[in-house]
Amino acid sequence: MANVAFRNVRKAFGPVEVLHGVDVDIEDGEFVVLVGPSGCGKSTLLRMLAGLENITAGDITIGNRVVNQVPPKDRDIAMVFQNYALYPHMTVFDNMAFSMKLAKAPKAVMESEVARAAKILGLEQLLQRYPRQLSGGQRQRVAMGRAIVRNPQVFLFDEPLSNLDAKLRVQMRAEIKELHQRLKVTTVYVTHDQIEAMTMADKIVVMNSGNVEQAGRPLELYDTPANLFVAGFIGSPAMNLIPGRVGSGGFEAAGGAVLPLPPGASAAAGTYGIRPEHFRLDPNGLQARVQLVEPTGSETQVFVRLADTLMSCAFRERITAGPGDIIGISPDLSLVHLFDSGTGQRLAA
Amino acid sequence: MSVTTAPAWRPARQEPGWLVRLFEYKPFLVFACLLPAVGLLMVFLTYPLGLGIFLAFTDTTIGRRGIWVGLENFQYLLEDPLWWNAVFYSVFYTAVATVGKFALGLWLALLLNNHMPFKSLLRAIILLPWIVPTVLSAIAFWWIYDPQFSIISFLLVDVLGWRTTNIDFLGSAWPARFSLIAANIWRGIPFVAISLLAGLQTISPSLYEAALLDGSSAWQRFRYITFPMLLPILAIVMTFSIIFTFTDFQLVYAITRGGPVNSTHLLATLAFQRGIPGGQLGEGAAIAVSMIPFLVFATLFSYFGLARRKWQQGEGND
Repeated sequence: MANVAFRNVRKAFGPVEVLHGVDVDIEDGEFVVLVGPSGCGKSTLLRMLAGLENITAGDITIGNRVVNQVPPKDRDIAMVFQNYALYPHMTVFDNMAFSMKLAKAPKAVMESEVARAAKILGLEQLLQRYPRQLSGGQRQRVAMGRAIVRNPQVFLFDEPLSNLDAKLRVQMRAEIKELHQRLKVTTVYVTHDQIEAMTMADKIVVMNSGNVEQAGRPLELYDTPANLFVAGFIGSPAMNLIPGRVGSGGFEAAGGAVLPLPPGASAAAGTYGIRPEHFRLDPNGLQARVQLVEPTGSETQVFVRLADTLMSCAFRERITAGPGDIIGISPDLSLVHLFDSGTGQRLAA
Repeated sequence: MSVTTAPAWRPARQEPGWLVRLFEYKPFLVFACLLPAVGLLMVFLTYPLGLGIFLAFTDTTIGRRGIWVGLENFQYLLEDPLWWNAVFYSVFYTAVATVGKFALGLWLALLLNNHMPFKSLLRAIILLPWIVPTVLSAIAFWWIYDPQFSIISFLLVDVLGWRTTNIDFLGSAWPARFSLIAANIWRGIPFVAISLLAGLQTISPSLYEAALLDGSSAWQRFRYITFPMLLPILAIVMTFSIIFTFTDFQLVYAITRGGPVNSTHLLATLAFQRGIPGGQLGEGAAIAVSMIPFLVFATLFSYFGLARRKWQQGEGND
């Protein structure tokens, strides 16, 4: 096991720079998720760590050793690809034993290592099958098995769950996390799904157009997003981000509504952020018109209109109001986020 | 009851005519749709093949209708050293040319599969030998192999000074045999290279990346990933290539006409030589028919030997 560090890492494809100086520290045994919208450079960063892309500038270290010029096979890493990249002409056993076969390991070692990985992943019955004869989840497990048998310092996952259906994705998510807890190997996991990131990570690195927007523990990012991008990206349903300005009676939203401000709010605030679940029902609060009600059972999501400002609220209580009705809501002032009108950075309350 | 019900109105149904009914009758429709294709195949494929096989069992000559002689033509061929000669050279020609074409074609395909400048232009150039009509390239090779005006001899003797005499490419048996094989390889490479290139491009790059992380060398990636995944396509391309090469006629007939002293006769050129200029239609047909077992064997071998791997089939096998 090893720690991993990115030091001012840059990547350019020809004249186009796609990573603009990334600094991330990953502790030994940590599960780190790189998350961001497509095209943000997260997969490129992972491929640079794997050695599949060269590094334009900066340093990547694994176990305090700079690996910029180290070929992939000597970096002591294992990677699970988005499409699994299983060798279709080899059985599950041969797929998992391939790295050992290349290293000319004795047959007994190969068999015991594969058996160990197969046991961890419940693949014992499938070792003689070909990838085509496996379901999506089984292929996923074989790809993980291929990584496990190598006993790597670092596991890399490149959007491993994106080819699975929703139910299987939740199941495999739990399996990967459990695997990490058993093996305690440093893991770097790339996804565009912020729920995957929130549920699996010890640390999340939010990326956007080649920059790290914020890195931290999942709830840290949820509770104190550093800027507008992270605020909008983390959390589902997404945070209400209402543009406007600070006025005498409160926050004057561009849509005409006036929202209460927490005490000591900075006059520089240009965006008012409040998560849907941080509204509570309050007959004396803001009188908002219900637009749409979406009950999910555990909670009810209500879209309301306050003057011309649209907001979403989520309540644990069952709502009887229908579209067109007026309900009273008030935001929890201690959980309101204000963002600078110029930089979009979060203003400390 | 004073309720009156209007009689339900139905649109008048017209009885379809006999032609419509005929075409709605499925067996007839199948027959009608297959007729043009089957007709063409019968006239241009089955009839000549059948006639050829029939002639092989007769002693027909040009201008005289023959009589059924059974296997006499084949018995004669078995004792004919020229036929054995042609069998030997056909097999030798096919084997050496196929090995050459596949070695060079695979190498070219692997080169072209890399990123390089002017890739599409290079691919177009590679195809040239295949686009040129065979007889035209055969004439070009005739000049290249000419005892007096050969450009190869010119280069070696006059430009480089490595030799003092011109090379006699086509004047004696073995040089002529290898010269023809070289011409055939040159002509066959594009087909192999482009087909294998298409095969190479179906291999997902992530397999190579996975193999790279698994610690493979370039040779190991070829040995364990590229080659096994290319085998099914290789088998099909090889089957076709063997058939084309074994039945080759144009190159040999245009360059050497089977000479010198019949040493470069393929079965196809010998069959033509005996049948048309020689007039022995029955015997020529027998020589042509004698190619069939070789072709069937070669096809079965490459098809069952190389194609149809278990991993390609999707069904469970437990």
